[in-house]
Amino acid sequence: MTAHSKLPLSPHLQIYRLPLTALLSVIHRATGVVLGLGCLILVWVLAAAANGPEAFEPAFQHLASWYGQLFLFGMTFSLYLHFCNGIRHLFWDVGMGFELETVAKTAKLVFVAATALTIATWLVVIFVE
Amino acid sequence: MDEFRTPLSRVKGLGSAKEGTTHFWRQRLTALVLTPLLLWFCFSLAAMPVGHATLVAWIAQPAVAVALILLIFASFYHAQLGLQIIIEDYVSTHSTRTISIIGMSFLCLLFGIIGVVAVLKIALGT
Repeated sequence: MTAHSKLPLSPHLQIYRLPLTALLSVIHRATGVVLGLGCLILVWVLAAAANGPEAFEPAFQHLASWYGQLFLFGMTFSLYLHFCNGIRHLFWDVGMGFELETVAKTAKLVFVAATALTIATWLVVIFVE
Repeated sequence: MDEFRTPLSRVKGLGSAKEGTTHFWRQRLTALVLTPLLLWFCFSLAAMPVGHATLVAWIAQPAVAVALILLIFASFYHAQLGLQIIIEDYVSTHSTRTISIIGMSFLCLLFGIIGVVAVLKIALGT
């Protein structure tokens, strides 16, 4: 396709309404990338821990700081969103839940479940402290 | 179009990329493995009193070390497969696309190995 094509264009992406199901599809990709970065942080922490208490201290200080905790909270929520929607995908893969109402319902369920799991995880953190 | 395909290629059903559903299947297998592992990982870390000593003592348990290595392996494999799809969708220049996929794959492999070696170093206590 040439840049100056005279052919009529179909309406651009922003013309269409963004239903929750479509938004969740985008979120699944975005959280996938975010979690890839999270994996790098995990490896960094593990490598620091393997190098002894002195090497671990700066990593620990970063994670314990307000931005570290905010990062970990965001990572937890991203993980659970990707996790719950991933399970939704696995159900689709075996041919379950393809009806339109079910798809819309499970999209909402993903947000509810991910929020509940995030809160549950951080409640455990708070109670252990 | 069917007349241009040999009967053998139709039976094999591997398509133009010659790998059939391998990519898709491995994405699902790694997802399946990660499902219990991630719940265990998140809640174990959440329930752990923070500090170097507790973390190292936890990883040093053989069962934990095995599960962590499996988690790191499956995570980076899953990430490599997913990021490849994203690169294929959004990078249209063939050379840039191929180089991005190779670079991304090598990085996943490299950081996966660093993670596994770190766990082994702690678990074997050297």
